[in-house]
Amino acid sequence: MPAASRRRFLSQGVALSGAIATGRGIAGDAKSDTPPGEPAWSRSLGAPILASPYGVPSRYEANTVRRQSPGLTRTPHSSVAFTPLASLFGIITPSGLHFERHHAGVPDVDPRAHRLIVHGLVREPRIYTMDDLVRFPSVSRIHFIECGANSGMEWANAAVPGVQYSHGMLGCSEWTGVPLAVLLEEAGFDRKRARYVLAEGADGASLTRTIPIEFALDDVIVAYAQNGEMLRPEQGYPVRLIVPGVQGVSSVKWLRRLEVGDAPWNTREESLHYVDLMPNGVHRQYTWIQEAKSVITSPSGGQTIAARGYQEIRGLAWSGRGRVKRVDVSTDGGRNWRTATLQEPILPKALARFRCDWRWQGEPAFLQSRVIDETGYVQPSIAALREVRGKRSIYHNNAIQTWRVAASGEVSNVQLG
Amino acid sequence: MFNWVEGLVAAAFALGLSAGADASRYDLGRTPTTAEIAAWDIDVRPDGTGLPDGRGSVADGQRLYDAKCASCHGTFGESTDYMALAGGVGTLASDQPVRTTGSKLNYATTLFDYIRRAMPFNAPKTLTNDEVYALTAYVLNLNDIVPAGAMLDRASLIAVKMPNRDGFTRQHGMGSVRGTPDTRAKACMHDCVANVRVTSELPEYAKGSHGDIALQTAHWIAPQAPASGSAAAIATAKGAGCMACHGVAKGVIGPAFVDVARKYADDAGAEARLVRKVEEGGSGVWGSAPMPGQAHVPAADVRAIVRWILGGAGD
Repeated sequence: MPAASRRRFLSQGVALSGAIATGRGIAGDAKSDTPPGEPAWSRSLGAPILASPYGVPSRYEANTVRRQSPGLTRTPHSSVAFTPLASLFGIITPSGLHFERHHAGVPDVDPRAHRLIVHGLVREPRIYTMDDLVRFPSVSRIHFIECGANSGMEWANAAVPGVQYSHGMLGCSEWTGVPLAVLLEEAGFDRKRARYVLAEGADGASLTRTIPIEFALDDVIVAYAQNGEMLRPEQGYPVRLIVPGVQGVSSVKWLRRLEVGDAPWNTREESLHYVDLMPNGVHRQYTWIQEAKSVITSPSGGQTIAARGYQEIRGLAWSGRGRVKRVDVSTDGGRNWRTATLQEPILPKALARFRCDWRWQGEPAFLQSRVIDETGYVQPSIAALREVRGKRSIYHNNAIQTWRVAASGEVSNVQLG
Repeated sequence: MFNWVEGLVAAAFALGLSAGADASRYDLGRTPTTAEIAAWDIDVRPDGTGLPDGRGSVADGQRLYDAKCASCHGTFGESTDYMALAGGVGTLASDQPVRTTGSKLNYATTLFDYIRRAMPFNAPKTLTNDEVYALTAYVLNLNDIVPAGAMLDRASLIAVKMPNRDGFTRQHGMGSVRGTPDTRAKACMHDCVANVRVTSELPEYAKGSHGDIALQTAHWIAPQAPASGSAAAIATAKGAGCMACHGVAKGVIGPAFVDVARKYADDAGAEARLVRKVEEGGSGVWGSAPMPGQAHVPAADVRAIVRWILGGAGD
């Protein structure tokens, strides 16, 4: 635990044990919840079953929540709340902590009235109820979703203090649904002319994105479940698209329409937004792929390393082009690297957890991670990325992140030249 | 976009003339009617496919814009609070690109498509096609792309050439899994950098901007007291969506809550009136932007929020 919060916890812990020190304990020293005292929870009856029919985290975990980045957007209805990456373990993002990005708020969709229409260049247009969709043969796959604008505030300079805000438009879940390919086959899509699919949401924005047919026929899922339960409203209840490896906006939520076509639609979210501004003033359009990226989540910006000695460096790596092959970690700003341990399973287009032993002896350090994916692509430095794309792009910043560790143990966000 | 093949297929299906089911058919769902498809098929492509009948003038567009759009986008489409609509042409290659609908968009058809599906922000899909044509015309006029006397319909909208028509490229490696990346970093392992130099660190103003990160990322914390009084009212107001248009101390589209409290400070009947106004909507007191009725908010919550506001809207 970082020192500042550790101090706070300890001082509040003292207050807490003081408060319960009334009366005499039956066994041991009732003044303390730690040995040799007998804790209060060991001397009383706990809560009954169904105290919380839908289980919620311990009250000591109230700080592990999504947060917004102050000043980023003008209205909470077209905004983003970031995943608390530094507080999470493994590769699965709990559904309630998966980042939110909406363009017209979270609609309250009634699954009994919701419909999905498949039409366009198809032999037989179809309209499905949710009951229909759930009856189809299903698949469950683990994939990350990363917003194309993740780390977008950091193109020009270090801008936000912690990993929740620098990298938290990222989540990874097990998604269950019917493969889009099945629905396209069912409709008898025109194999000769079909080149793209338009996906449209049922929210106020009716957000639309063009999906290339080769993606649609490969691994796209029309998903109704996340991490074993029906989708959360803010994740697209009752049904959404999952386009693995592609910038998050393409995984259209509250999905209500799929139109097969022969040309891209040039929608607002692929012309005014989600296009990458290059130094010559030209925008790259249809930058679907999320290239390989990694970040150390612990220790990370805003934390303070509590004590010298053993410290496991932990982080996440992913690639929109397939599997993570290797992650290297540097503690000296990229001078020297060593290869981190990857936690199995390593899945395509999914988060991978890496870890690396470190003994911190109080020296200033610069922590970095660098992923190499199965195509051989090596995550670039921010300098290398800027050399090609300048500083004004907003989207697809997959640069190596640097956390500076001061002699005091304070960790902060910096960029190296 | 509706096409006639769908109509034909739908008709054939209705007559029982469809091809026999093949082995892969799951026989789920049904064939939608042409009316069902047409109602939801509102997309417009750059070639104009999908543009409906109708027309609208710059003058009509201005009237609509002032009533329904200016509160967010500014009188001249200049406000950067949301998407700025006008200005910035020719700045995209500079160090300070001004990103607006006018400077960035490549096809005016996309402007029509977006207004029709998503605007106004708090009441999307309430505009008629004529109104969408008119608003499109006015936004184009704000950018000096069509003259003040212009009237837009399908043909004239397709003919509009945006300043940034040729400002997009699909020649890059991120269009496909097999695409070639634009950086070629090497995975050097030892003595890779001569000088480690910090080129950027968190600006001073940003250091406390996101709260206490150590507390936010602690594995556990002391339990918090449940919200009560004002904190509960603020949470209720946030949950009900009030903060989309109101701030506590600062107005957004609607007035700041502290200003509402001040205005009705000596008005004993204010609570009942404001409760009704929140539930049913109102306009004209705080400027031109009307407040829609908030029928989705439970009555008890409305009353709690109004009481808190009239009590001074304090923390």
